[in-house]
Amino acid sequence: MPKVAYLDNAASTKTDPKVVEAMLPYFNEKYGNASSLHSKGLEAKEALDRARKTIAKSINAKSEEIIFTSGGTESDNFAIKGIAFANKQMGNHIITTSIEHKAILNTCKWLETQGFETTMLPVDNEGFVSPEELEKAITDKTILLSVIHGNSEIGTIQDLQALGEVCKKHKVYFHTDACQSYTKAGIDVKKQNLDLVTINSHKIHGPKGVGALYVKQGVKITPLFHGGDHEFKLRAGTENIPGIVGFAEAVKLASKKDIERITKLRDKLIEGVLKIPGTRLNGPRGEKRLCNNTNFSFMGVEGESIGGYLNLKSICSSTGSACSEALLEPSKVLMAIGLTHEEANGSLRLTISKFTTEEEIEAVLKELPPIIKKLRRMSPIDKVVKHVLPKNN
Amino acid sequence: MYSQKIIEHFTKPKYVGEMDNADGVGQVGNPRCGDVMKIFIKVNNGVIKDIRFQTYGCIAAIAASDMVCELVKGKKLDDALKVTPQDVASQLGDMPPIKFHCSILGMSALKEAVDDYRKKSEK
Ligand SMILES: Cc1ncc(COP(=O)(O)O)c(C=O)c1O
Ligand code: FES
Repeated sequence: MPKVAYLDNAASTKTDPKVVEAMLPYFNEKYGNASSLHSKGLEAKEALDRARKTIAKSINAKSEEIIFTSGGTESDNFAIKGIAFANKQMGNHIITTSIEHKAILNTCKWLETQGFETTMLPVDNEGFVSPEELEKAITDKTILLSVIHGNSEIGTIQDLQALGEVCKKHKVYFHTDACQSYTKAGIDVKKQNLDLVTINSHKIHGPKGVGALYVKQGVKITPLFHGGDHEFKLRAGTENIPGIVGFAEAVKLASKKDIERITKLRDKLIEGVLKIPGTRLNGPRGEKRLCNNTNFSFMGVEGESIGGYLNLKSICSSTGSACSEALLEPSKVLMAIGLTHEEANGSLRLTISKFTTEEEIEAVLKELPPIIKKLRRMSPIDKVVKHVLPKNN
Repeated sequence: MYSQKIIEHFTKPKYVGEMDNADGVGQVGNPRCGDVMKIFIKVNNGVIKDIRFQTYGCIAAIAASDMVCELVKGKKLDDALKVTPQDVASQLGDMPPIKFHCSILGMSALKEAVDDYRKKSEK
């Protein structure tokens, strides 16, 4: 058996060994509490400040604007609930999109039970939100727009600058969830007029359970956690120093060269997989697609079973099919870009990282076609079998 | 998430395929929900002599289809219909609760096939 081909990097990534190395001293040597006024506390505080600076610089922000959290989910909750509750006097309307991560979607749903109203903007067939649609949806009650930057399922990268201009014009706070795009697609909080940005560490080869929220100076926001005076009084709790150090190290290690290499692997994978008859690519192509994302639909086969056979070949993948979801509903993102239930149920997501090798991509291109063929032979859906499979195949 | 037994039936289904001149064919499900099952039976003297399935669905659905075939092959029609989705699930080992409906679907497809056979043989 070959070693595992890990193509589920949108779910989580391997922690870079250099990140682990950078973290280690902060467990059993420099273990102080960053709030303590002795030498051990100072060591921790210095590390915290350095990490904050690194992350601030990476998105053109100031150090004081970076609030460390326990990850993407917390940052999303903090951004949405924090803005909603702090700005009630201004209005109760929040705009988001139909292709958000559950951390946004379910936070908005909960806010609806608390007297807030939400509008979910539609997207086009490649997953793009239109600034015109946004402008139409804004009312005098609108306080916040939240849009995912790089889509976790189909890789669509939104034009933040264009959306940011609309927000600026109408004085609406602008949040983006950039967990998938951070270090992969440009984030410049000034140029893109961003007020809040969610980022996390485990998607970029850092440890799990660490993230941050950028909060622009002057933005009115209520903390989620009350307690000590940590994180500029916006997030109480002793800072996770090893995690934060690892997060910053991962940011430092991200490089343009890796992005170029990953993009090449992505395009090789897309080209190869599309050779399978009856296959479509979900999401855009080229520069407006996350460099590490691919997502396909195979007519007449169900995604969970594709993943099941791939797993037997030591290939890790993911699907948006109904069968794979607790609610037995296909992916909302795939439905939002106009896929039929059948297409969404036949979806397969393969996501790459800097640790992905040519061999892993080749393993997929070798193993996937016979799996699709086998599953189609098992399939009772006549039209698929007739249209897609050549005779005597 | 899945038992070894489910994985075995998923990877090496014994009864998958189409059947020419089937005596009864049953199809249930809907590709919208992500699962369609079709069962073909050959009947001789009231006994299921041969059986085949085609399934569009998840790992559990494919395994359950194969298990339904295994459990009812060689049985009299009435006895075959007495097999319950619970029997199918327990033969497969631990069936995750949200996947139980895949066993139900398998037995519904069989019932449809038997009904189809009975309708045809009345003529
Ligand atoms: C776009 C997006 N937002 C939020 C999250 C949640 O982040 P975390 O797992 O750090 O809570 C993820 C990852 O699962 C994500 O991809
Ligand atoms: S076929 Fe959809 S859950 Fe089994």
